[in-house]
Amino acid sequence: MSGTSRLPLGAMTRMAWRNLWRNHRRTLIMLLAISVGVWAMIFMTALMRGMVDQMIEDGIDSLPGFVQIHNPEFQDDPSVENSLPEPGPELLRALQNPEVTGWTTRVRVPAMISSERDSRGATLLGVDPEGEVALGFDPESIVEGRFLQGPDDNGLVIGRKLLDRLETDLGKRIVVMSQDSENEIADRGFRIVGVYKGKLAALEETYIYAGRSTVQSLLNMGSEVSEIAIKGHDYRDTGRLFEVVKQAAGKEVEVKTWAELDSYLGLMLGVMDGFVLVWVVVIFLALSFGLVNTLMMAVFERVREFGLMQALGMKPSAIMYQVLLESVMLLLLGLLAGNLLAIFSIWPIQDGIDLSVVAQGMEMMGVSSILYPALKLKDIVLANVVVIFLGILTSLLPAWRASQYRPVEAIAKT
Amino acid sequence: MAEIKCIDLCKSYQQGDAVIKALDHVSLDIGPGSFVCLSGPSGSGKTTLLNMIGGLDELDKGEISIDGQRVDLLAKGPLADLRLNHIGFVFQAYNLIPVLTAQENVEFVMQVQGVPTGERRKKSIAILREVGLEGMENRRPAQLSGGQQQRVAVARAIVSQPKLVLADEPTANLDSISAKHLMELFQELNENHGVTFIISTHDERVMRYARRLVKMQDGRVIEDLEQVPE
Repeated sequence: MSGTSRLPLGAMTRMAWRNLWRNHRRTLIMLLAISVGVWAMIFMTALMRGMVDQMIEDGIDSLPGFVQIHNPEFQDDPSVENSLPEPGPELLRALQNPEVTGWTTRVRVPAMISSERDSRGATLLGVDPEGEVALGFDPESIVEGRFLQGPDDNGLVIGRKLLDRLETDLGKRIVVMSQDSENEIADRGFRIVGVYKGKLAALEETYIYAGRSTVQSLLNMGSEVSEIAIKGHDYRDTGRLFEVVKQAAGKEVEVKTWAELDSYLGLMLGVMDGFVLVWVVVIFLALSFGLVNTLMMAVFERVREFGLMQALGMKPSAIMYQVLLESVMLLLLGLLAGNLLAIFSIWPIQDGIDLSVVAQGMEMMGVSSILYPALKLKDIVLANVVVIFLGILTSLLPAWRASQYRPVEAIAKT
Repeated sequence: MAEIKCIDLCKSYQQGDAVIKALDHVSLDIGPGSFVCLSGPSGSGKTTLLNMIGGLDELDKGEISIDGQRVDLLAKGPLADLRLNHIGFVFQAYNLIPVLTAQENVEFVMQVQGVPTGERRKKSIAILREVGLEGMENRRPAQLSGGQQQRVAVARAIVSQPKLVLADEPTANLDSISAKHLMELFQELNENHGVTFIISTHDERVMRYARRLVKMQDGRVIEDLEQVPE
């Protein structure tokens, strides 16, 4: 009989299970620590992910679209001179591509807005209201009056905060002043027809909406526009959409994704995955001290037993497997409890947590006052993989220690 | 059957400032199918000699071979294989695995050897019956008396019929009837199956079963007698 010097897996598992419950209290405490750790990893990641997702989505919905086309000079000098023609036939064909879910053209110029009481700098947007809604403008955000009714609407829609700053009101006339295509001052009186509440506080003070044709006419732009904004299916994956648009737009214009246009938001998305990994590893490190301690205690308590197993013919490597199996079992139980805890604690709050108490601070970060946790499979998988992988790595030391006792010394231990 | 050759074995232990010579130039030839008792006072080196033959400890000097294979030169892995497949141990303290039942303890070595379940069950139940533990198969060590635990340990050592059994005070916790029964079992295995026994003991009743009696003192063999067993 040659033998494998190792117990069959079934017997090893049974023995590992019984060994786990030799010290109920210690095992339960360790299980609690692992499951709370895993819960914290998943729950907090879901909150952070939800916050960042919302920050990005709000940012994207608040103007850029997923991809934008500009005059190459527009980013450096966003004046009327650096405009571009309306989409040509080739681009119009590309905009019918299934990758495109909506698009619009805009005039965007710096402007001065004046009421009877105050004046402020703002960004005047000449828009096609239908296109803006397709791109993400929420008609529900109009808190007073109405949104624009078409590109040639003569009314003006401004943010609630700007309205307050200008100490004016719905229905009153204000003057908007900018520079036309010949660098002459162009001004015009508008009646405020609508007031919107922006998802991001900063935008409420900055953007004022007028009909695109009205603004084109004010600035002598003809049919030219400042930008063409296009929306696709998933803001995380703009690669194909970008290619389709870039190819059709030609070389004379500049095509950029939202992440390039708003580098802060783009960076957030890029950094988030790394941040989640760091967060998960940091929690695990705190957890690992308890795990190593528990396993070491379990090993020291059973020195004689490990010596006996070696004396009976088990190889040191088999003893290492035995201890590792106990550790894996402990980790799996902890993971199961932690995952269930996380899923069942996120479930009741999936409709959002109202953070209005701290909303002002949140809004400064570009986050709205309702936080929607985003439980992602990849985050659950990451937390589980990190715990199992690092858990096994951490257990190697106690397992190795258990396998290194000399049988005669181990058996003599009391 | 196993033939054991011990040549000039030396082993010392440090105890505080003092060096204790546990084995002091011990040489011994044990032929296949022998039934040997090592006797002597505590600290005479009996247990150390058993540990050395079983490869549980390392020699300072000397050579040990079992059937021509040098035990003292084997690495941990092959040594584990040798113990698993050819040597049965009965330790002074019962040394059972506390989370396993009596039957599982007996089956432990066979499981590691890869013996099929059916055969394992049959052998373990039979040997437990033979050592008088019928009906106690599912008890854990904590639910057995000292004597019963020792019988489980003996059953585990002999169940797979190794060619060599090393037993350290196997009857220390047994009543006289159980001790007699156990020694008769050892004798039967020795005579009918050729299993070599080396038993360390203080017990006169055990010594009577031996065909060879080796007396030790201060790590040395002081007397080596052939005798006719009971």
